[in-house]
Amino acid sequence: MHNWLITLVLFAGLPATANEEVIAALSQNRIAITANFDGSEIFIYGAIKREAPPEEGNLGIIITLAGPLIPTIVRRKSRRFGIWVNTEAVEIDEAPTFYAVASSAPLGNILTFVDDLKYKIRIEEMIKSVGAPIHIMDAQSFPEALVRIRQQEGLYIEIPEIVNIEEETLFGTRFTLPANLVKGEYTATIYITRDGSVVDQQESIIQLEKVGLGRWIYNLAHEQPLSYGILAVLLAISTGWAASLIFRRI
Amino acid sequence: MQIYLPIAEVSVNAFLLLGLGGLVGILSGMFGVGGGFLMTPLLFFIGIPPAVAVATEANQIVASSVSGALAHLRRKTLDIQMGIILLVGGIIGAAIGVQIFVVLKEAGQVDTLVRICYVILLGIIGIMMLVESVRAFRRSHQKRTIRRKLHHHNWVHGLPFKFKFRTSGLYISAIPPLLVGAVVGILAAIMGVGGGFIMVPAMIYLLGMPTKVVIGTSLFQITFVTAFTTVMHAATNQSVDIALAFLLFVGGVVGAQIGARIGVKLPSEQLRIFLAILVLGVCIKLALDLLLEPTEIYSIGIGH
Repeated sequence: MHNWLITLVLFAGLPATANEEVIAALSQNRIAITANFDGSEIFIYGAIKREAPPEEGNLGIIITLAGPLIPTIVRRKSRRFGIWVNTEAVEIDEAPTFYAVASSAPLGNILTFVDDLKYKIRIEEMIKSVGAPIHIMDAQSFPEALVRIRQQEGLYIEIPEIVNIEEETLFGTRFTLPANLVKGEYTATIYITRDGSVVDQQESIIQLEKVGLGRWIYNLAHEQPLSYGILAVLLAISTGWAASLIFRRI
Repeated sequence: MQIYLPIAEVSVNAFLLLGLGGLVGILSGMFGVGGGFLMTPLLFFIGIPPAVAVATEANQIVASSVSGALAHLRRKTLDIQMGIILLVGGIIGAAIGVQIFVVLKEAGQVDTLVRICYVILLGIIGIMMLVESVRAFRRSHQKRTIRRKLHHHNWVHGLPFKFKFRTSGLYISAIPPLLVGAVVGILAAIMGVGGGFIMVPAMIYLLGMPTKVVIGTSLFQITFVTAFTTVMHAATNQSVDIALAFLLFVGGVVGAQIGARIGVKLPSEQLRIFLAILVLGVCIKLALDLLLEPTEIYSIGIGH
């Protein structure tokens, strides 16, 4: 029954007519994070292109912004010999380091459950697929914990009713990015829905880079770890020596 | 002013780091202790990942001990022969410690291990300091002097591979200093401490070294062992944060100068009791973190 329903939607969901299409734009497609980066804002806007008068049905716009997908381990502690130790772990193949969903109305009103499953729009849908070890009975609690922790850290966010729609055609929204972002490719995806079904979608890529001294330190530490270690020691010796010279004068 | 630490990958207030460096610096200036054993757990408390805290603290100790070691070298209050044997032991120990660290990091247990080691170490140091300082406090009121034997023979003198240590005026086996050095090296790699608090008493009571060369020789060993540990951690775990180390060091250097000046003016027995209570407080906080059920039992790590 379930499968049949999804197949049906696959046929019905993709518009045969493609009357309504997204044209998207970003305020910036390169963002640079410096050592004292304390958050930034990007503006995503666009328009709905039509060959014919607007379709019937309740219009919805959903904009997602996903950070780089990286393999992630979620560990769980339990009490062993009186102390709390990591005892179980589940690896999640691909979890976005950042994920934000902005929409023109509460998601439940403009997105059907089936299309949410299909397009993996809500974060819960995105990181559901896990290959957990068999001995862990409640494997689903691990991705749930990942979502919960990242939500608390402000890395997974859902912001309903923030996307503005003008005249059923123009739309735009702002994403406030937190300071603790991972560098890499960020994907912005815009979905148009009619009565909860996705009519069209479009992706744009934003490059997020670390610049300045911070990036230089990070790259050196990971690309030439031995030279970095020696540099760290030389720096420590010279600062220690310089400090002793300064304080001998005082 | 928030600053993003490139290796720890957290944003921390730069003045908080300078202040922590300063606070621990004041304590180390007042008491003549290295301060690594206090700084590393304080870094855990402000949210620096333990692996980064340990490796970075080793790096900071290089900076804070190198000038002292140089000063002792100039004054010739340093036993180079003994220092080199302690150093060989230290490097072996540090290499073992870093390997233990790598294995446990893979298993996701490094945080727990480091915390357990700290609870044990700070518990022992804190209680010993408290007992000793309370005794010293009583003694200063009773005005009684206890005479010590200047030189005494113990089991150390029965071991093979004897060496002549000219500066210390000793003829003893190389095995005990190698072992002392190795223990200190393991501690440096796993806990990010210099280990002077273990090495100094061991040199005086176990090896029977004259007090005037003890501090210089231990600083000599600490400088090289922590330098080696820093390079090893950087090469295998990529966990040395030079930005963090630098800020802590700047705070620490200023603090140590202030501490050295305050320390002279204040009554030392009361200060020692205060430091003992501080050490025990940090120990109890770390122990509670391990014993009480955490609010979040899940944690996130990087996968393969």
